[in-house]
Amino acid sequence: MATWQGQLIKIDDYRWEIPQNYKTGMRVPGLIYASSEMLESMRDEQTPEQVANVAFLPGIVGYSFAMPDIHWGYGFPIGGVAAMDIKNGVISPGGVGYDINCGVRLLRTDLSEAEVRPRINQLINELFLNVPSGLGSEGKVKVGQKEMNQLMVEGARWAVRRGLGSEEDLDVTEEGGCISGADPSKTSDKAARRGMPQAGTLGAGNHFLEIQIVKEIFDPNIANIMGVTEIGQILVLIHTGSRGFGHQVCTDHLRVMEGAVSKYGIKLPDRQLACAPIESSEGQDYIAAMACAANYAWVNRQCIAHWVRESFSKVFGKSLEALGMKQIYDVAHNIAKIEDHTVNGHKIKVCVHRKGATRAFPAGHKDTPRRYKDVGQPVLVPGDMGRCSFIAVGTQKAMDESFGSTCHGAGRVLSRGAAKRSIRGTEVVRELESRGITIKAGSIPSLAEEASQAYKDVTEVIDVVHHAGISRKVAMAIPIGVIKG
Amino acid sequence: MERAFEIIDHTADVGIIAYGADVEELFSNAALALFSLITELESIEEKMHLDLKVNSDDRDSLLVEWLNELIYLFDVEHVLFNRFDIESLTHNQLKAICYGETFNPMKHKIKGGIKAATYHMLKLDKNGVGYKAQIIFDI
Repeated sequence: MATWQGQLIKIDDYRWEIPQNYKTGMRVPGLIYASSEMLESMRDEQTPEQVANVAFLPGIVGYSFAMPDIHWGYGFPIGGVAAMDIKNGVISPGGVGYDINCGVRLLRTDLSEAEVRPRINQLINELFLNVPSGLGSEGKVKVGQKEMNQLMVEGARWAVRRGLGSEEDLDVTEEGGCISGADPSKTSDKAARRGMPQAGTLGAGNHFLEIQIVKEIFDPNIANIMGVTEIGQILVLIHTGSRGFGHQVCTDHLRVMEGAVSKYGIKLPDRQLACAPIESSEGQDYIAAMACAANYAWVNRQCIAHWVRESFSKVFGKSLEALGMKQIYDVAHNIAKIEDHTVNGHKIKVCVHRKGATRAFPAGHKDTPRRYKDVGQPVLVPGDMGRCSFIAVGTQKAMDESFGSTCHGAGRVLSRGAAKRSIRGTEVVRELESRGITIKAGSIPSLAEEASQAYKDVTEVIDVVHHAGISRKVAMAIPIGVIKG
Repeated sequence: MERAFEIIDHTADVGIIAYGADVEELFSNAALALFSLITELESIEEKMHLDLKVNSDDRDSLLVEWLNELIYLFDVEHVLFNRFDIESLTHNQLKAICYGETFNPMKHKIKGGIKAATYHMLKLDKNGVGYKAQIIFDI
């Protein structure tokens, strides 16, 4: 692929603008958050072209944004953020992604590294047994059509009602674990048939479950409110989404959007950007179906979190209370939301597409949970398997500049094929074990696809958003145990 | 045709280029390429068959829909196919008989999960020797 030759205007050390006149048809400029060192690989990958393409979408306001973890996706770049005025704008399933509400949930514990290290193998085995993972894995919760329809509407509460977790979990989940407006009749039978057996499963690919230790605390006051108080404290990170259900919802509605593009005379530089006016029936149907898939993903993470807690309780012979296993937060990384934002001094309703990006609301925002009202909404940024993960919080700067959005992870630099050619799965296991990380995976060869070499260093990513001011870093954790599907 | 298909690298995902002397062969080879990403084609035996009908708006999207239908069948019915008789193919409809067997974890080594065929960088061209199509999959 040829290097992208377009102009990037330096605004400051962490902000680069693609001028609106780069391509005729761009309705707003592009804005990339990156360090100068990151730009070369972005140009090599042609990702700025995708940022420019998103700027073509009707109703887009402000900028077409790219977070520093941006990489080439289908249509929208992964790590892209775009806000559309709901009055004249469009919604695009490609701006959400196939894995609707792929996201992260983080649990804290009162356990220390010294207590967990000696039992890590037992713990990992117990988790592997207790949390269904891997390709084609089926859930332990029995979900028929009736239950499927309920959970699509109720979200995480559906699981809590069944004793899988507590009300307190919902308070610290984005949207309380449920987007309103979900309408199961807007999802297909095919989607439900893919979704029912997979409810409450981790899945495969880049999804994982990680036992971590707190390595560094940057902001002790905020960390304290999250219950992160000690270096060496054990945390558990759950990364999964809406499984085959979300994929089918996206596939089904992309097809509808294909028709909508010609029906509404929308001109697009890339077919995968297919979209429909937010207020059209096609747009509203997708929003209602996307909410179903988002709610399904929250059910998924709610169930898994419960089984993680059960596993810890069994291995350590203590109650959840005694283990202090509270949820820090749960964030969506792939979603579109109708939100209030101020654009050019006017308060408007926009549909914010976050594809591989995290909501980052500041202290005092009405949607920031009560527990975090003085410090900002937690932002959870996992790195690649075996490197490190960050906890950050949202800021007013994010609200003023990036529609309350920030980065979501590391971002790929090597294709899965290239990763497999450069390293073997068995070597990945050895390498992780030499660094004190125990791993259990459904497929060892596919581990190579997720090797550290395949990803950008998340530390560089978080430094960019921290210095740009669109989030503030709070703590960093490293894994000691990993489960992959 | 000398080659039926090849696999291409894409940073976040994986893609295929399928070839065919005619459109029927192109669609059949694209489906073979899909299942070659999931498992070893040689490990699939013809033990059952399934009639499939797919509709779409145009030929490009018909190709995407056809592959998505097969992905759905693998995800839900757990069936693997290694031969496709394309019975009829117009610009917006395809009828095919798919031959294969139910996934057996003892016998079929799963290489990776394929979750959707995308429209991203989708290309379907005719040249002097036949047809060629590029499809990127979300995995």
